[in-house]
Amino acid sequence: MTLTASEQIPISLNGKSGTVQSGATILEAAREMGVEIPTLCWASNLTPANACRLCVVELEGSRTLVPACSRVCEPGSVINTESERVALNRKMVLELLDSTNDLSESPELQALIDHYGADASRYDEPSTMKDDIKVEDDLFIRAYDRCVLCYKCVDACGDEAQFTFAISMAGRGFETRVSTEFETPLPESACVYCGNCVGVCPTNALQFKAEFDLRQGDDWDPQRQTSTSTICSYCGVGCTLDIHTQDNEIFKVTSPSDHSVTAGHLCIKGRFGWQYVQPPTRRPSSPDMSS
Amino acid sequence: MPNVPDLKFSDVVPEPDERSVIDDLVSVPPIEEKGERWVLGGIARGQEARHLLLPGLHALQDTRGWISPGGLNYLAEKLQIPIAEAYGVATFYDLFQFEQPDTEGPLHHVCVDPICEMGNSASYIAELRSKGHRVHESPCLGQCERPPAAFVQIKGGDNRDMTEATGRSIRIATADPKRLLRRITEMQDIDLESYERHGGYQALRLAIQEGGARVIEMLKESGLTGRGGAAFPTGIKWEAVARQETSTKYVVANADESEPGTFKDRVILENDPFALIEAMTIAGISTGCEKGWIYIRGEYTTATRRLEAAIDEAALAGRLGQGILGTSFRFDLEIRCGAGAYICGEETSLFNSIEGYRGEPRSKPPYPTDSGLFGQPTIINNPETFLNVLEILTYGVDSYRSTGTPESPGTKLFCLSGDVAEPGLYEAEFGITLRELLARAGGGVGELQAVLLGGAAGTFVDSRHLEIPLTFEDVRAHDMTLGSGAVMVFSTKVNLPSVLARFAKFFRDESCGQCVPCRIGTVRQHEVLTQISRRGQSPDRNELLHDIATVMTDSSICGLGQTAASAVQSAIRLGLLEKSDT
Ligand SMILES: Cc1cc2nc3c(=O)[nH]c(=O)nc-3n(C[C@H](O)[C@H](O)[C@H](O)COP(=O)(O)O)c2cc1C
Ligand code: SF4
Ligand code: SF4
Ligand code: FES
Repeated sequence: MTLTASEQIPISLNGKSGTVQSGATILEAAREMGVEIPTLCWASNLTPANACRLCVVELEGSRTLVPACSRVCEPGSVINTESERVALNRKMVLELLDSTNDLSESPELQALIDHYGADASRYDEPSTMKDDIKVEDDLFIRAYDRCVLCYKCVDACGDEAQFTFAISMAGRGFETRVSTEFETPLPESACVYCGNCVGVCPTNALQFKAEFDLRQGDDWDPQRQTSTSTICSYCGVGCTLDIHTQDNEIFKVTSPSDHSVTAGHLCIKGRFGWQYVQPPTRRPSSPDMSS
Repeated sequence: MPNVPDLKFSDVVPEPDERSVIDDLVSVPPIEEKGERWVLGGIARGQEARHLLLPGLHALQDTRGWISPGGLNYLAEKLQIPIAEAYGVATFYDLFQFEQPDTEGPLHHVCVDPICEMGNSASYIAELRSKGHRVHESPCLGQCERPPAAFVQIKGGDNRDMTEATGRSIRIATADPKRLLRRITEMQDIDLESYERHGGYQALRLAIQEGGARVIEMLKESGLTGRGGAAFPTGIKWEAVARQETSTKYVVANADESEPGTFKDRVILENDPFALIEAMTIAGISTGCEKGWIYIRGEYTTATRRLEAAIDEAALAGRLGQGILGTSFRFDLEIRCGAGAYICGEETSLFNSIEGYRGEPRSKPPYPTDSGLFGQPTIINNPETFLNVLEILTYGVDSYRSTGTPESPGTKLFCLSGDVAEPGLYEAEFGITLRELLARAGGGVGELQAVLLGGAAGTFVDSRHLEIPLTFEDVRAHDMTLGSGAVMVFSTKVNLPSVLARFAKFFRDESCGQCVPCRIGTVRQHEVLTQISRRGQSPDRNELLHDIATVMTDSSICGLGQTAASAVQSAIRLGLLEKSDT
């Protein structure tokens, strides 16, 4: 049987039967049926990397659990997203991450850690993802001790958005890090400072410098923050910008990931070209804004 | 107007010798000269030539003893591969260094996995170091029958394993009737003439005569299953690729053999290289693939040299290339050498490695028969599997099925190492018991404590399991595995908790790092086992090990993570850790 894109196929999810569009992933099917599945490396604007395994579910007939974010439903798939086995696996993924990374700036993960009862204190002197914070320019910083190796920044810099390929996974196993060639500082690398990597990072490992300065100065206060939507005025494409401010000072610019033009990705001008509305203290300086 | 390629490379330049090895390897002109841009010629060029990245990295490493920024930059620019990606690929492999070594002398890789540790690798390392040599403590080098195993990387590229030094002293014992190892035990010379005198190329002639459909039929009737670990039916794999209507499909031999305790493929390739070439050619003409790739472990230097020589000789004699044996069939073979990464034996990781990407496994489905090497339908088999194909064609299905059991027909190669009198490669009919197998190797040395079957990803058994017939069905029924055919024997003199900690270290080091359960789980498993081997067991450490095992087994992407707890959990079930409380 060949399926056409518009065909509906029957599945069973947590004991309830339903139909979903053929080609839908288990994650999409679950959301349609009102069931939440946690994700970390998945993003609506990137191809699934399948790496974190937080979204695993039981699929009848499969020896192992399967990642909901990328596994496509088949006619008659019997899926369980809530079993004890699933819960234990998710708890362990969270526990392993929490024992390795600084997740203090990832509120969603913190909530999941509580929900699944992950307890990183079970590990005696665990090796961690130690790394010094890289502050190499005025635009953004990299704190890889928070990096969960979700591949999002690499994909956004590469063939999923920017086509600049300034960063890659380097090394192997527990030593794997996101890196430029020979760990060259970003300003000397191929980086064009679009900031799309920062835009997709789920753990604040990549962070706009203005936000970083506020946090370092102990002045970070979500209560005093607002976000304003506007259209970028640099060219005629019409990218939507969300300007995030604290006390009327811009600390970051994003674009909605479901936006039809940007899919959440911007260029250096939209992302960082806001100094003309801002006092010069936080002016971006080094990178070339002409490209 | 100067043409600026869209990819940004760095300004560092290669040394003249680096430039010249890369120019020899990559014949395309630099991209600027043609005025192509990345988006036009560049992407096509990048895809077409990217598979030269791994050979290029080898060439740089061999030339200067390390990979310099200038050399890598030049290679990446020539191949139009983003420089950060090229670095990401290069740093995936253990055999590449990124800092200039302080001495020009060779780098000795000495195996420190349990069998070689029992074979005194520690004192060998100390001796090398005391003489001022550079030493890298290596995972299993696939030479477990002659511990301590070593592999020497030499600037200039004349790398060496131990075969040439030790000769053929390894014990090779074939089954009765003689099967897979027949030629190896009988042939004096490794050349085409000798190969044909011992029955070589009869199977290919038969395959040509009978046609591909009949060959596949015979494989299915024979009941042959893959010998690389997963025991998938070979006939079904070949049939799936034969049915694919695309014009480009591939045959791949997975000779990355890196499972601790396993050395059978090395012995085959070193001593019977034409057999692999012939069997791959049969696969090619029977399923419509015109190109085959052999991915061979980078540390297997003797096997690589002999295989290269055999391919050249076969091509000269019209056994490869256009018009094989006077037919209209075409089949070409290309070798790719790995560079120190166990994970590259996983089939999809192996494809990525050949293609010039990081050796990270792909998510399955799609399976290789649909989308394998370069995204094309691909047959991938282990060398031992290929050897069985020759036997089935030469002697017929009935004769093949007359050995072994109905569900596990034929013979199996077992790699015996550790505390046995005569370590070596043994061919035996399926159904032999472990007791009989050990007896063939002269019996155990000392009092038997445990046997690890199937390699680090395998299962421990002990004296209670000696009568179990070694067949796929029997081991499955006992929650064991034959895996790669490794049989590592440990007497009571061996400290098993520390053996387990070392195998755990192996997985920690060899995880590709892609998925969380394996990347971090293997580290935590190693940490907990190290604590147990120092301070003994406790209920919460066992529970922790169990939880780590669960997430690795259930949620990892590939077989590495899924089996990384297998040996440890089997040892706990047998109570082997309890003896540790000191
Ligand atoms: C971590 C890992 C390492 C592997 N290494 C090898 C190997 O060195 N050689 C091999 O033939 N198969 C290896 N395999 C199995 C392959 O993925 C694949 O199943 C096999 O090559 C198929 O050939 P077969 O059907 O002839 O067994 C490995 C699998 C995993 C998960
Ligand atoms: S830096 Fe952020 S986006 Fe990049 S891999 Fe790490 S966690 Fe993911
Ligand atoms: S299980 Fe391990 S080796 Fe396999 S993809 Fe995951 S991290 Fe890589
Ligand atoms: S969200 Fe599915 S594997 Fe990460």
